This record gives sequence, C-alpha cells and structure tokens, in this order.
Amino acid sequence: MNTATMTAPAKPPGLLRGIDWMPLALLPLICGIAYYFIGSGSTWFTLSIAGLAMGMIIFIIASGLTLIFGLMDVFNFGHGIFIALGAFVAMSVLGQLTSWTEADNLALNLAALGIAAVAAMLAAAVAGLVFERLLIRRVYGQHLKQILITMGGMVVGEELIKMFWGPQQMPMPLPAALSGTVEFGEAAVEKYRLLALAVGVAVFLVLILLLNRTKIGLLVRAGVQDREMVESLGYRIKRLFIGVFMAGSALAGLGGVMWGLYQQGVTPQMGAQVNVIIFMVIIIGGLGSTSGSFLGAILMGLMANYVGFLAPTIPLLPDVSIGLAPFSNIFLMVGILLWRPQGLFSSSK
Amino acid sequence: MIAFLSNDPPRGRPLTILLLLIVLVLAFTPFAFPGAKTLGVAAKIMYFIVLVASYDLLLGYTGIVSFAHTMFFGIGAYGVAIGCVHYEGSWAGIGWGVLGAMALSAVLSLLIGLFSLRVRAIFFSMITLAVAFSFQTLASQMSTLTGGDDGLNFSVPEVLTPGYQLFDAQIFGVSITGRVLTYYLVLFCALLMFLKMLRIVNSPFGRVLQAIRENMFRAEAIGYNTVVYRTLANVFAALFATLAGALMALWQHNTGPETSLSFQIMVDILLIVVIGGMGTLYGAVCGAAIFILAQSYLEDLMAHAADAAQGIPLLAQLFSPDRWLLWLGVLFILSVYFLPTGIVGKLRARAERE
Repeated sequence: MNTATMTAPAKPPGLLRGIDWMPLALLPLICGIAYYFIGSGSTWFTLSIAGLAMGMIIFIIASGLTLIFGLMDVFNFGHGIFIALGAFVAMSVLGQLTSWTEADNLALNLAALGIAAVAAMLAAAVAGLVFERLLIRRVYGQHLKQILITMGGMVVGEELIKMFWGPQQMPMPLPAALSGTVEFGEAAVEKYRLLALAVGVAVFLVLILLLNRTKIGLLVRAGVQDREMVESLGYRIKRLFIGVFMAGSALAGLGGVMWGLYQQGVTPQMGAQVNVIIFMVIIIGGLGSTSGSFLGAILMGLMANYVGFLAPTIPLLPDVSIGLAPFSNIFLMVGILLWRPQGLFSSSK
Repeated sequence: MIAFLSNDPPRGRPLTILLLLIVLVLAFTPFAFPGAKTLGVAAKIMYFIVLVASYDLLLGYTGIVSFAHTMFFGIGAYGVAIGCVHYEGSWAGIGWGVLGAMALSAVLSLLIGLFSLRVRAIFFSMITLAVAFSFQTLASQMSTLTGGDDGLNFSVPEVLTPGYQLFDAQIFGVSITGRVLTYYLVLFCALLMFLKMLRIVNSPFGRVLQAIRENMFRAEAIGYNTVVYRTLANVFAALFATLAGALMALWQHNTGPETSLSFQIMVDILLIVVIGGMGTLYGAVCGAAIFILAQSYLEDLMAHAADAAQGIPLLAQLFSPDRWLLWLGVLFILSVYFLPTGIVGKLRARAERE
C-alpha cells in the first residue's frame, strides 16, 4: 500500500484496546459461585486448575475451527477427524520412543512429547490439505452441501483410522516425569494439567500475536470481516483459505494429542465426541472469534469440573433421578445464547 | 388416485414403475417371500420410509439440517417399550406409550426450534448435535426406566405375538400369525403417515416451507414469520419420527440405544435422503428400499469379497464386512457431488427428456 495516501499511525493500537469486558466478568462469577458451593479452598483450587487445563485443550482444537468458520465461511463438521488422527499418530510415535518416555527425565519426556506433537500436527495438516482439496473446494458457498460433505468425510476418516489402528480403545500413557501430582499447599495438582495450561496459553498468545501483529494475520482478520474486499485488493484469498485450513487442522491434531494424554487413551470415536464440545465452545465464543473461543473453552472446562465434582442430581420420577453433570455444557450454552444470541464476542458479519 | 396422492404424483414412467414395484413387493412380502429375515427387512424398509420422509420435511423441504432426528425416533421407540413394560403388553400400554412419546417430542422439538432457529442456521445444526448426544447420555443414565445400554425387551398384545394364529387354515400356503398381522399393521400405519406427509408438503403450509428453503429473506419479506414456520416444520418432523420409532418398537419387541438412538442411524438417514433425492418424499421410498436392501444383503457380499481378497493385505481390509460404513461414507460423498437430486431426480430428468 502506498504510504502517501495514508497517514502513518503514531503507534500500533494496544492489544487491550477495545476489549468487551462484560463477558470476561463471567469468569470470576462462575469461579466465585463454585467456591461458595464447594467450600474448601484446596479442592476448589485443584478443580479450577483441572478446568483451566481442560479448557486449554478444548481451545487448542476449537481455535482452528473458529478461524475456518470465520474466514472461509465453511461449515466443517469433519474437524473431529484431525483430532483423532493427531492422537493416533502421536500414540504410534510415543510407542516407538518408550525408552525416552519411561525414563524419569523431564527433558527426555518433553522431547518425546514434542516429537510426537510435531508428527501429529504434520499428519493433521497434510490430512487437512487433502480434505480441503478433495471435499471442501467444490462446495464453497454451499452451506447445506458443506455440512453433508464434511459429515461424510468424518465418517470415512473414522473408518480409515479404524482400518489402520483397529476399532478398539488404545492406551496412551503419560511420560514418567509428567504423571503424578505436585502439591501447592494443601491442593494437589496433576503435573500434566500444568503442562496443558502452559501449552494452551502459549498457543493463545502466539495466535493473538500472529493475528494482530503480522501481515498474514491482518489478511486473515480482514478476510473474516469482508472476504470480497480482501480479494478485490489483489490478494489470493483461496491460498489463505488453504493455509488457514491446514493450520486449523494442525491445531486440531495438537489438541488431539493433548486430549489423548488427558484421557490417557485414544479411540477412533474420540473425534466425534470432542467435535460436539468444540461446537458448543464456538457457539458460546462467537463464530470466528479467537478470544471468544478461548473464553468459551475456559468457561466450559471450569463448568465441567465444578459440576462434575458437585454432582447435583434432580429427581425426575420417584425412582429415577438424573445427574446434571453431563449437561452442564448445554446449560452454559443456552444461558449464554439467551444473553447474547451471537455468542460472547461476535466478530463476523 | 391423483387426489389420493395430494395432486403430487411421482411424475415420469420409470419412477412410477419403480414405486409401484416397491409398494407391491412390500404389500405381498409375507406371501411371496415368507421367512423371518425377508419379513424383517421389509418391515425395516417401511418404518425407515416414514423416518426418512419425516427428515426430508426438514432437510429437503425447509432446508434445515438437524442432527437430533434419531432422538425423536428413539423417544417413539422407548415410549412404546416403556408403555408396554408398565402395562404388561396391553393395547393401553402401546396407546399411552405413543401418546406420551408424542407429547415429549412435541415439547422438545418446540423448545429446540424456538430456541435455536432464532439464531444463525449453522447454530441449529450444532445445537441439535449437542442435544442428541446429551439425550443419549440421559437415556443410558436413567437405566431404571430405559434399561440402560441393554435396552428394554417387552411383550406386546397377544394378537401381535408370533404364536398367535388368526385362522386355523393356511392362506396361500402361509399361516396368518401375529407376526404377519404386525407386518400389515406397520404397513398400514406407514402408508397412512406417508400420505399424510404428502398432504402436508403439498398444502399451503408446505409451499411456505419450500419458499423458505429457496430464499428465506424473501419469504420473510412477503410477510411470513419464518421462525414460526420453521419451528412448526421441526415439530411435524419430530412427531412423524416419533411415530416411526413406535412402529419399529412394535415390530422388534425391543428397544435399545444401538437400534434407536445411535449416531449411526442418523448417518443412515442422511444417506437415504441424499441417495433417494432431497425435497421429494418419493425419494424416501426409493432410497430406503434400496439402502436397506443393500445394507441387509451387501454385508454378506462383502464377506465373500473379503474372502476372495484374502492374500492381499490392504484390499482384504477394505472389503472386510466391518468396513461397511467406509463404503457408505464414500457413496454418500459421491452422491452429494454427482447425484444431487438423487434417484428420483435422475429418473424424472430421464422421463422429461423422452
């Protein structure tokens, strides 16, 4: 762009400028209510860390999908397949590196995990490229077909995973130095959750910086707001699409590794299960909003852990009572949509 | 005859012949192909026709993608099952079960519709997916009522049991057992429901739905409250799916999460709608007949193919009967691309060219 036509900004706008603070207030609200009901500080702390860690993993997966929605306007119901693929690839890689993972040496353990994560992300990115070229490319702009096609791709992908790795659940043990807990005063926190927390925050920061401080990020954000305008300024938006789709798939692969280690096992169906959760996160956060999905994922992780611990049940019939824990997600989503029908942070048109 | 079909005949000779053939075969299966398996396959085709046609009200006629359709199917099946268990297999049990299930489905679909059709269309698909998964969890949690993962086995009125004989003598070499009577009950109900749905889509109400599918903004501009119409379509579709579930329970005498609530069935429904042809109820008939036949007999065929390809490692895996879903998925994707109007659309296009 020509500098003569525009006055150069004195300094780039701050990252914190223009933030909508209202949704953020939900976080202390939910934590506070949970603290009141739980009553014990150390238990509350353990649960909060667990919730945050779960939220981070969900966020890693959802961040890619929300960008795909926002930028490409593609309704991708096949995102789960990259989660499962990433987890299975990482499991195979870790299976080869048992001498590294079983050694009680944090550096070696982390190196093994790093290699597995990179392999998973590469595999998921390549799978994403194939998925985009083979399936989605032909149905840009046709939402109904996108839903059907990606759903079909999900079914086929899941079957292919079953073909290579078998249909049964497989164990995915944590490396030696990462299993077990550390004590914070009276509260015991699993070490892996701290790692998940760190990775999640790192991914969030990298994404935010990438989106707000680089040319590519600028284009992606511009594309989310107005695709045609970016195109008419001479940028090949289709290339951006492929890039974002591959990056989103790679993030899903990374999230799959984290999720598999969190559950300490992988199944071919895990993609479909996680899919449901990330859809709710994206709805809560607002389509296309990275910060929204970050907040939504944290809220969802916290809710799941608090409600799971408190385990409220309601009697439905004299001899039938149901636990509310599996439905905390739905209640959260319904509540937030009643408040803000477009999600917490709605960035798209 | 045309009025009987709500002035919406199949159009075109090939399609008419195919439909007549399907209806005739279904009508005479107990006499022409007696046997437990064929009878079961034919009955499954019939309740799937109703189920898929009800889904087409949403997907094909209104342009809404819902993933909660199996939930309503399951509610119908569990309604009859729970009713029969409580009333020890009397007609009252079936009646109350169906009524209760329909009431529950109506309330749930109304809530889902009012809540999620107000927000963006994509949210509706996602929300229904989430609700369907939660409902599965709920059903397995309430195991004292639903039998958990094992499901419920129940007895039905004596007239419908295999041991019952209507006449002492055989008719056309077939004794009229309670099984045959159940078959014709299912046939009669399915036919009635199909004609009712045909009536709905060809009514002024159905026309508005199609207008919404074509251009929602415009339909709204003309003055139709699209949220109300879409919600009503959702409720109607849910009610017919519930009835289809009740028919299945009546036929199978048991209900479990695997046969009525699983996501597998949702995939089947999607496939049948797309293969048969979206936006025409006759598509449900053609699609269900072909799909269920293939599903019931192709698995045997694939076992043979896997045997033949024994030595070749990857090929044998590909043709293993367990990979049945893989081929369905591929078929599904191909038909969305290359057969967007389905079998019915192809046959009609051919008839118009001649």
